[in-house]
Amino acid sequence: MSNINKKPEVIQLSHGGGGQETNTLIKSLFFSAFDNPILNNDEDAARLQLSGDTAFTTDSFTVSPLFFAGGDIGKLAIAGTVNDLAVMGAKPEYLSCSFIIEEGFELGKLKKIVRSMANEMDKSGAKIVCGDTKVVPKGCADGLLINTSGIGHIQVDGVSVNNLKLGDVIIVSRDIGRHGAAILMAREGLTLETTLISDCATLWPAIKCLIEAGLELHAMRDATRGGLSAVLNEWAIASNVGITVEECAIPVCDEVKGLCELYGFEPFDLANEGTFLIAMPEAEAIKALRIMHTFDSEAPAAIIGRVSEERTGKVVLKTPWGSSRYLDLPQGELLPRIC
Amino acid sequence: MCLSIPSQVVEVDEESHSVTVDTMGVKREVSTHLMTESLSLDDYVLIHIGFVMEKINKSDAELSLAQYQELVVKLNIEESQPC
Amino acid sequence: MLNLNQLYQGFRDPETIKTLAHKIRKEALNVKDNINIMEVCGGHTHTIMKYGLNQLLPEHIDFIHGPGCPVCIMPKERIDHAAALASLPGVILVTLGDMIRIPGSEGSLAEFRSRGCDIRPIYDPLDTLRIAKENSDKTVIFFAIGFETSTPMTAVLIELAEIQRIDNLLFHINHVLVPPAIDAVMADSNVRVNAFIGPAHVSVITGAKVYRSAVENYAIPVVVSGFEPVDVMESILRITQQMASRVAKLDIQYSRSVTEHGNLMAQAKIDKYFKVRPSFRWRGLGPIPDSALMLKEVYRHRDAEYKYADRLPVREIDDHKACQCGDILRGLSKPKHCKVFGRGCTPQTPLGSCMVSSEGACNAYYRYNGV
Repeated sequence: MSNINKKPEVIQLSHGGGGQETNTLIKSLFFSAFDNPILNNDEDAARLQLSGDTAFTTDSFTVSPLFFAGGDIGKLAIAGTVNDLAVMGAKPEYLSCSFIIEEGFELGKLKKIVRSMANEMDKSGAKIVCGDTKVVPKGCADGLLINTSGIGHIQVDGVSVNNLKLGDVIIVSRDIGRHGAAILMAREGLTLETTLISDCATLWPAIKCLIEAGLELHAMRDATRGGLSAVLNEWAIASNVGITVEECAIPVCDEVKGLCELYGFEPFDLANEGTFLIAMPEAEAIKALRIMHTFDSEAPAAIIGRVSEERTGKVVLKTPWGSSRYLDLPQGELLPRIC
Repeated sequence: MCLSIPSQVVEVDEESHSVTVDTMGVKREVSTHLMTESLSLDDYVLIHIGFVMEKINKSDAELSLAQYQELVVKLNIEESQPC
Repeated sequence: MLNLNQLYQGFRDPETIKTLAHKIRKEALNVKDNINIMEVCGGHTHTIMKYGLNQLLPEHIDFIHGPGCPVCIMPKERIDHAAALASLPGVILVTLGDMIRIPGSEGSLAEFRSRGCDIRPIYDPLDTLRIAKENSDKTVIFFAIGFETSTPMTAVLIELAEIQRIDNLLFHINHVLVPPAIDAVMADSNVRVNAFIGPAHVSVITGAKVYRSAVENYAIPVVVSGFEPVDVMESILRITQQMASRVAKLDIQYSRSVTEHGNLMAQAKIDKYFKVRPSFRWRGLGPIPDSALMLKEVYRHRDAEYKYADRLPVREIDDHKACQCGDILRGLSKPKHCKVFGRGCTPQTPLGSCMVSSEGACNAYYRYNGV
């Protein structure tokens, strides 16, 4: 029998009803992909042994489009939550995962996303130990929403948004703005062709190396929504310090520059999903860079600025010809400038 | 006033009045409805809201840049000379 | 052979900027009076503030930020027109991105969109054709804004709609003109402007010829400048040199893209579809005669302002009493002198035109100044 006109299998309301269809979906797709002893116990709640300082985080993911150059919503949902733990100096261990699926969502796409999540978890060793699945009527969700929460044991003390000190330098792990640029380019309305891919990635392996090297890390943060600007401003305010960055030291790839030129964006405002910042004493910064370069020789980790006692609570951007301006938090919806 | 950046022509489609331009690795299709002269590959053009506005005079640009370099060199020489 | 990267980097070269700054400071010693340069165009304001060029200049060279921001000069009642049109049943309102943030008297277009109106911000006007074709049962209205740089694109859109017989596409025209704005600024007897940096990309379309009358009538230098920091610095140098020699000339610094005559095809298309409107009220400057465009009568079938005249509000809405944008635009006042600057009036809650968009003077001062 020909399959040419066969319609793709889709998720139906019954898949979220709690009955036979739900059970089949959960076991054959989610349990099979996320396979681990705690999950397989299939209890109402995961039973964990926790001791010592523990980090706990949550995030919900609604990216559009669901599939983009360099990843998909599944990869994002795992990397995003794992990274939130990692930048606290915590080893990502246990995750929860909730799916809210719109009726009519293609099963094939869901399988692809779930495989992507399993692959991403392998990079940190984190495991999904509990979850939930809901199916909502057509029009009530934009295809698929995922929430992940994460728990991890904190491996190193003193990493905090409040902890920047005079004498600290600011390091960025790679070139900025890729994820925001990749998503914008994938959307309709900005019909562009490019080889740019999102930086979406799990940061734990790199951060683990930094922790094991015994380096003094004062603050770490992944630069997600709001980009570099958001992190630096949050740090300046929370630690009550000034931060100065050299514009020419901030790595930005050509394609991101091209998008920014075309639409009047600033790379500092664009989201990242696999790029992080460190504030640490200058004396140890070279060691940190060496580790990050040996770990990933492609990524241009660099010192981009330093903590200052002037203009506390503000971030100042310096140009190579001696002028400066404030790097403020971006405002409002990211719309292309026309002029 | 309007945000318009130099891009390079990488494909020409005269029939549909459009060219594909490349701005630092980002390619897009833009309209040539406002151009009298036809465009060739590797031309540099100014783009504004999806249209080619003008072709950039490459030799004029090169001349300007060369003149600036002369000024820079001259100033460096002046400043390095003892008073 | 020049590659694209060299083109970009060359006109942003730090050594060149420093060298030009040095030459400006030296030349400015030969000028006793204050040099008050108005950069007409919002894009130049952006370059000056983003690259901190004002910080490199001697004290007696001052910038007066001009009214060249088509989003900033849009009076509230025109935004109310857009909102009224978008609120009509079966209408899709399409406009260029920046426009949807600007508040009218009952909210911005973004707010109307969240209340259920079908309002679509786009980057490329030709997307409007696709929207009209895909929604043949709806009336699609293109809210057209911009100076002479953007007007030809609207003309092409009208042309293609005519050729392709896309009958459900109408237009609300708010295109404005630079030379009358220059005249309006200079008409005030207290005006301090004594030099102009001419717009970059308006001039690509119009040609530099449109500024000859300003040079002759006001006997002041006009230098048409490119957008890059090196362009602007070189233009400031040329202005300073003119003032030191006590001459007033029209000079094209942006010679790689601007000619005396401009883009003739674009000008022809503008002339085909538009005529000059007798008067248009500019936010901050008030009514300026012959300063804006409207559709010619023969295209009235596409004129939303004509078709829906009875549904459009007529009340003119002034800015807050304390707003000093009019004086700021003429160089009679600075943002920091305005009582509401940074207090009631901020980029998130703009009271006047200069705070509205990132090219407005007050917005630029709020964001970039003070370091």
